[in-house]
Amino acid sequence: MKALDRKLFRDLWHLRGQVLAIAAVIMGGVATMAMSLSTYDSLVATRDRFYAEYRFADVFESLKRAPEPVAERIAAIPGVERMETRVKAGVKLEVAGFSDPITGQLLSLPDVGAAQLNRLHLKRGRSVQPWSADEAVLSDTFADAHGLQPGDTLAAIINGKRKRLTVVGVAVSPEYVYQIAPGAMFPDFKRYGVLWMGRSALAAAYDMEGAFNQVSLTLARDAREQDVIDRVDAILADYGGTGAYGRKDQFSNRFLREELKQLRTMAVVFPAIFLGVAAFLLNVVLSRLIALQRDQIAILKAFGYGYAAIGGHFVKLVLMMAVLGVAAGVALGAWFGQGLSHVYTETTFRFPYLDYRLDAGVILIALGISCLAAVSGTLLSVVRAVRLPPAEGMRPEMPVAYRTSLVERIGLARWLAAPTRMVLRHIGRYPLKSLLTVLGIACACGLMMVGNYQRGAIDFMVDVQFRQASREDLGLTFIEPTSGRALHELAALPGVDFVEGFRDVPAILRFGQYRHRGAVFGIQPEGQLHRSLDRSLQPVAVPPGGVVLTDHLANAILHVKPGDLLTVEILEGSRPVRQVPVLGITKQYLGVSAYMQQDSLNALMREGGTVSGAYLAVRPGSEAELYAKLHERPRVLGMVANRAAIQSFYATIGEFILFYNLVATLLAGAIGFGVVYNSARIGLSERGRELASLRVLGFTRGEIAYILLGELALLTLAAIPAGFVVGIGLVGILVVAFQSELYRLPLILTPENYAMGASVVVVSALLSGLLLWHRLGRLDLVAVLKTRE
Amino acid sequence: MPLDHAQASAVFVARGLAKVYRMGEVEVQALRGIDLTLYRGELVVLLGASGSGKSTLLNILGGLDAPSGGEVYYLDHKLTGASEAELTRFRREHVGFVFQFYNLIPSLTARENVAAVTEIATSPMRPEDALALVGLGKRLDHFPAQLSGGEQQRVAIARAVAKNPAVLLCDEPTGALDSATGVVVLEVLEKVNRELGTLTVLITHNAGIADMADRVIRLSDGRIAEIRANAARKAARELSW
Repeated sequence: MKALDRKLFRDLWHLRGQVLAIAAVIMGGVATMAMSLSTYDSLVATRDRFYAEYRFADVFESLKRAPEPVAERIAAIPGVERMETRVKAGVKLEVAGFSDPITGQLLSLPDVGAAQLNRLHLKRGRSVQPWSADEAVLSDTFADAHGLQPGDTLAAIINGKRKRLTVVGVAVSPEYVYQIAPGAMFPDFKRYGVLWMGRSALAAAYDMEGAFNQVSLTLARDAREQDVIDRVDAILADYGGTGAYGRKDQFSNRFLREELKQLRTMAVVFPAIFLGVAAFLLNVVLSRLIALQRDQIAILKAFGYGYAAIGGHFVKLVLMMAVLGVAAGVALGAWFGQGLSHVYTETTFRFPYLDYRLDAGVILIALGISCLAAVSGTLLSVVRAVRLPPAEGMRPEMPVAYRTSLVERIGLARWLAAPTRMVLRHIGRYPLKSLLTVLGIACACGLMMVGNYQRGAIDFMVDVQFRQASREDLGLTFIEPTSGRALHELAALPGVDFVEGFRDVPAILRFGQYRHRGAVFGIQPEGQLHRSLDRSLQPVAVPPGGVVLTDHLANAILHVKPGDLLTVEILEGSRPVRQVPVLGITKQYLGVSAYMQQDSLNALMREGGTVSGAYLAVRPGSEAELYAKLHERPRVLGMVANRAAIQSFYATIGEFILFYNLVATLLAGAIGFGVVYNSARIGLSERGRELASLRVLGFTRGEIAYILLGELALLTLAAIPAGFVVGIGLVGILVVAFQSELYRLPLILTPENYAMGASVVVVSALLSGLLLWHRLGRLDLVAVLKTRE
Repeated sequence: MPLDHAQASAVFVARGLAKVYRMGEVEVQALRGIDLTLYRGELVVLLGASGSGKSTLLNILGGLDAPSGGEVYYLDHKLTGASEAELTRFRREHVGFVFQFYNLIPSLTARENVAAVTEIATSPMRPEDALALVGLGKRLDHFPAQLSGGEQQRVAIARAVAKNPAVLLCDEPTGALDSATGVVVLEVLEKVNRELGTLTVLITHNAGIADMADRVIRLSDGRIAEIRANAARKAARELSW
């Protein structure tokens, strides 16, 4: 090993505290990046493999009822590769020991042989026996939520008739990777389940013998999806078809895609922030570190080492730190990534397996960015140091010229003791350095706020959604659109305080080249339970004769503004197409909706006072009795209890929030500590001699600590409000980057967010202070008398 | 005139002082049994080659280092075995240090460098008076960067004496200065010693300076090789090297 390389390792060891702190900063940035990108890659790879292996269909359509021979016409459409018809029924479920309403989706499996499309992955048990009458396979989410195992039984109310089913298997389906009840805001695995049973048994119970009401198909390699969709649509229009759609409108896939899109955004935005901050800090810290090596550089030059050798030596020094940080970051990121992927597959996406992968490209990018940041931070200082003639470099630097600080110049001087003046003048002498330190600490504070922002934002979203907009205790849907008279019957049920009917019609909304497949919601203009909110979140009446759109739907999806004419293609009944004016925009954080007055929607549909369902205000304490009564009503299909939905939502996301908080705290903490400790440690190197001199003159350790740590405290204090500004900015970026159909995050920062941000800074500062206090105790007082610098 | 030791009171009494440094595997005997008494008002020059132990002795007297053996008394206080906090208080109240490289605080003006010490002392003089004493009464508000080397060292002397210390310890105070400037600094030390009666211990390896002392103590290999009392102190301005 060459002498210079030996020096390299000695220096690394000598600077180990700072090396670790710098590596920690890099680690924070790299870990976020490795975590997010590997999670994204893993989920995409897993999804693609699952879809391919289990033959997820390309095109789907639901219809009222078509005789089985119609299927042959669909199979004959050019471009259709495989086609399968099914019977699909909305059901109510009864599980022993659970009194809340449960909605289910029952799908048929072929009586003999495996399904052609949308195959099940059995996690436990077996599939149904050929021609079995009462066997069912359950979705794993529902089975797990209730602890149901093969051999257990449950009841399904199919078409008003109660049927006892025996669980024979628990499965995952590519069609239901993301499971959420129609009309629900969040997944609720206890109150919504998907079941599969034999075709003939289901058809018998649902009056679908010799017929089907759902068709799925895959496309040949060269087929054009839209052509096939149009042909399928044309065939099924006569059988009550509700419009064929591709994967992009398939419910589970659409949610999955949106979630993955957000994860992808996160994989870019978060690491960009973290790595950017890390690079910036690295630059600051290293340039100061190298500046301290000035005399060594001069000595090396005096020995006759060339610029390249010296420059190379210091570049190697910082690269070692960068590589250390990247290695630790990749390891930590991979660990976090596996954790996060598992959290995703446990709580949100149901896959039969997880293909965890960490791309080599991710590691290379991290390495590249970190090394670039490290080297660029170093080079400037090295060049500056190398340019000095050796003799000058070895001479002590001239006493740095100071001046009185601003605080003193405005007349406060006489209240300041000498140590305080030293603190102020030192900050004033190096304003850029001080500013960069403040910025660095502020970044850590801001990152902490970002990491902890979600909880408050979700609370706010839930509050707006459930306490301002959807204030009903129970939302229920009828088996098919019904006369408004049904509402009177509901109102007469025990425990019902208030009833509000609604009409909801599946529809495609079009404006120019933009389209959205969803529904039009007819609500009461002066509704007490379900209300539309204006920009300032105040309830506002929906005007007659047109639609009011969720802001995201209007601005980002359809690109319409009030006054524009929207084309509404109704996907129910005779499937009329109408032009409807956009009358307003409503603020909504969760999902997207198009609202009309129920009367206006009824008029549009050329129907009387028809309702699809109702919102109920329920007297507290009477829920169980009411649920039982509603359960008996054959025309009541689905029920969503808001409070239960919110609770299950929090249970689901709790793990996520915990995970994110942990990661954010760890990373922001690493960065915060890295910056504060390095600033202070370099400060000590720069001023060690000054402080030791004061110790010799009789200053106590506390008094010199005041000078060193006073400056740190002042900068930390200044960094906290700056950090709040950084935090707000970063959250702002996040809010914009995370806008999706599923939800839009509100720009809400709670006092807790600010407190967390400030505390990471304060704790880092205290910890650094403690370490420095320890170091100040070991200052070499004797050396100060003899050495120059 | 040499002081009459019998009548003058002892400031430092050292008995059997020994100091062993461990430098890794090697033991270095810096002091090997020093017996020494220093008196109020005298100006003592410690002479010796590098490694002779003179700095170690000065550091022990100044409460910066602890001996491995023997005892040191400052007046009636025993310095050996004193705690870190007690030594800090000892330096703070009784010792003035002058360093070879001045060690001024660059962010404080001349006046404030002195004030930094007087603010924590029990009965200091005014910083302005201390600076007037070293002939810098007109450069009170200059920062170190605006002062020459000799001026910086005079500020350092003012800072050392401003607390009215019982002893002034100077480690090569002229080591970084040219001879003309060095003489000016020595004149200031001489003046302080004469006017304030402060025991002044001055380390140098420059034998020419020895003539201004009351007593010259020559160290060699950690032992006192010679103690010589000058019959007459030479004025600093008459020195040259």
